Amino acid sequence: MSAQTATPQQAREIRPVRDGIGLGIAVGISGVAFGAAAVGSGLTAWQACALSLLAFTGASQFALAGVVAAGGSLLAGSAGAILLGSRNTLYGLRLADVLQPRGLSRLLAAQGVIDETTAITLAQPDLVSGRKAFSATFCTLYLTWNLATLAGAVGAGKIGSPQSFGIDVVGPAAFIALIYPRLRAGRTERAVALAAVAIALGLTPVLPAGVPVILASVAALGGALLSPAATGGPA
Amino acid sequence: MTGTWVAVLATAAGCYALKLAGLTVPPRLLASPRVRRFAELVPVALLAALAAVQSATSGHSIDLDPARLAGMGAALAALALRAPFLVVIVAAAATAAVLRAAGVA
Repeated sequence: MSAQTATPQQAREIRPVRDGIGLGIAVGISGVAFGAAAVGSGLTAWQACALSLLAFTGASQFALAGVVAAGGSLLAGSAGAILLGSRNTLYGLRLADVLQPRGLSRLLAAQGVIDETTAITLAQPDLVSGRKAFSATFCTLYLTWNLATLAGAVGAGKIGSPQSFGIDVVGPAAFIALIYPRLRAGRTERAVALAAVAIALGLTPVLPAGVPVILASVAALGGALLSPAATGGPA
Repeated sequence: MTGTWVAVLATAAGCYALKLAGLTVPPRLLASPRVRRFAELVPVALLAALAAVQSATSGHSIDLDPARLAGMGAALAALALRAPFLVVIVAAAATAAVLRAAGVA
């Protein structure tokens, strides 16, 4: 079926899947950088792949590799990496409402609760599109991130860095694009986003990497206390 | 080497448990309007903070890489023109890639 003959209804059904696959591929490629960094830090290729398969959350993975590289305490390194994963707990609070997973599907969906899937799911206009966008992004990103980690770990990073293709801009550009409608719609959302940016940038020089972003959730707490009325997003 | 494996598996287990915990929170907790509103605003705060940190810092310092910032500028311009999502991220990546290839930034 060509794009010209697709009805608006079909376009609505295709869009969350198409956007999810595109985001998954674009962000997944940066797994090459993780694979290369992990092996450069002294992890084996198997350990790099195990982290991508089992932890599957970029910030925590880079954090553990950094501690291994620095020869720091592995116990403290694991604790720090796990702390960075607490962002995903906060995402889960919101996604539980959209995905409403039960039993085995909850165990499976949990592995997919990360920045990219949250952003794209919450940018959808309704629950059905939200679930489609979540699944499409999770499946594509899981596959691409793991293949890219393997490629980076065995030396593909030497061919050309993801940065030379502008891959480092994909994540931040996608996050802004996906929260943009919320920022346009609500004054509280704009204030919360600005406060969060100020907190994260202000604390970056003084706190370990990743922690300033988690502390930016204080801005959401402030917003919820000062302005409890809800706006937008799927259900 | 065994110690590193323990660290890898402990990190994986901890990260998975934290993801599952969020999805498992009892629905009655989210019934409170303020908790609900907090859950709604959290992704806005975290994703905005993440975008800022990823585009304007490196390690512990503010790092204004011209190619990266130009890429973000291109994304914002595309958003203002109501471009579809994939066009926005391609515009961002392509702008940064072209500037770097040209050696401009």
